[in-house]
Amino acid sequence: MAKDKTMVPPKIEAFADHHVITPPNTLKHAIRRVIDRELDDPVARAEQALANLSGEFKTWMRSECDRLAAAHAVIVKKGFDARTRGELFRAAHDIKGDAATFGFPAAGAAAESLCRILEHAPDLDAVPPDLIQHHIDAIQAIVREHNTIEKAGVADELSKRLRAVADDYLMVVNRERPDHLEMISAPSIALAE
Amino acid sequence: MFRIDFNKLRFLVCDDNPHMRRILRTLLHSFGAREVYEAEDGATALEMYSHYVPDIVIADWQMPIFDGLELAQMIRQPDSKGNPYAPIIMLTGHSEKRRITMARDAGVTEFLAKPISAKGLYLRIMSVVAHPRPFIKTKNYFGPDRRRNTTVAYIGPERRNGGEAEVLQQPSLLDKARVTG
Repeated sequence: MAKDKTMVPPKIEAFADHHVITPPNTLKHAIRRVIDRELDDPVARAEQALANLSGEFKTWMRSECDRLAAAHAVIVKKGFDARTRGELFRAAHDIKGDAATFGFPAAGAAAESLCRILEHAPDLDAVPPDLIQHHIDAIQAIVREHNTIEKAGVADELSKRLRAVADDYLMVVNRERPDHLEMISAPSIALAE
Repeated sequence: MFRIDFNKLRFLVCDDNPHMRRILRTLLHSFGAREVYEAEDGATALEMYSHYVPDIVIADWQMPIFDGLELAQMIRQPDSKGNPYAPIIMLTGHSEKRRITMARDAGVTEFLAKPISAKGLYLRIMSVVAHPRPFIKTKNYFGPDRRRNTTVAYIGPERRNGGEAEVLQQPSLLDKARVTG
């Protein structure tokens, strides 16, 4: 049900080429002052809840890998189009974002490398099939053999090498596209907390 | 010291990935939230936004049908019947500068790069609740003020033309979120 909010009109100040609008602050009722000795720590509580959930992370990661492999299998069969490329990109991008939370950071790094290929290769049909296949295989292996290869540092090394090969490829095929070269070379600036 | 009463806030979580929705739901419920609505694509999120009138939207970028960026642009319609001012926190695996700029220019209030953490999410929510920014409307933009800082060290052209402000409407000036006393 929609909230029954009586909307107070915002204050609007008009300038030569813009307006500054101060909407009513409808959220301030949710702020309260607490005394220092209040023990309740919502962040710690949430971290504990996340830890309680972590028993499911490996299963979730496997299902993400299955989704990635299924999206890739469709491309092997039908080739790239907007839909199949979108499915593969979203599957890889989800692993990129979720893998570290689930305890598989190296899989996330390999997935990021795959995302970069899908985003910056000028012609996906011209990408060597092995380059994509190796990324899919590596992500699956890192998840499947997590206990053995992650501990030995192999997973990290594997994802780094894949990234190096992918970056070399992207630098060559984008040599006439300076905007993409700049994006490929740019570091991430939004650091997760 | 301040805390947020999450049980007084209504959230809309929009992410096509069921595992990430589960994590977000777990975190928000752990913070104390009771009302957490979930959508798995941008179109459903927009419908739920109109229906449930959430206080805060947490949206992924990559989604089918239309994505989180388009969702933000659709919410930030100054003449819409709905609420165009709700804070939007974009939670995404994208972390490149140009993506952050795109999100900002679409009217996103806060940007949180994955991997998600309880602390990162809490701080973003605290920011939008305790420090709401005014909205700016120009010919090409409608959304939260993109200038978070006023720095005297800024070197560059002044892109906003000022002049004396003409106050078009003068409702009660609502206090900033900072609670005193």
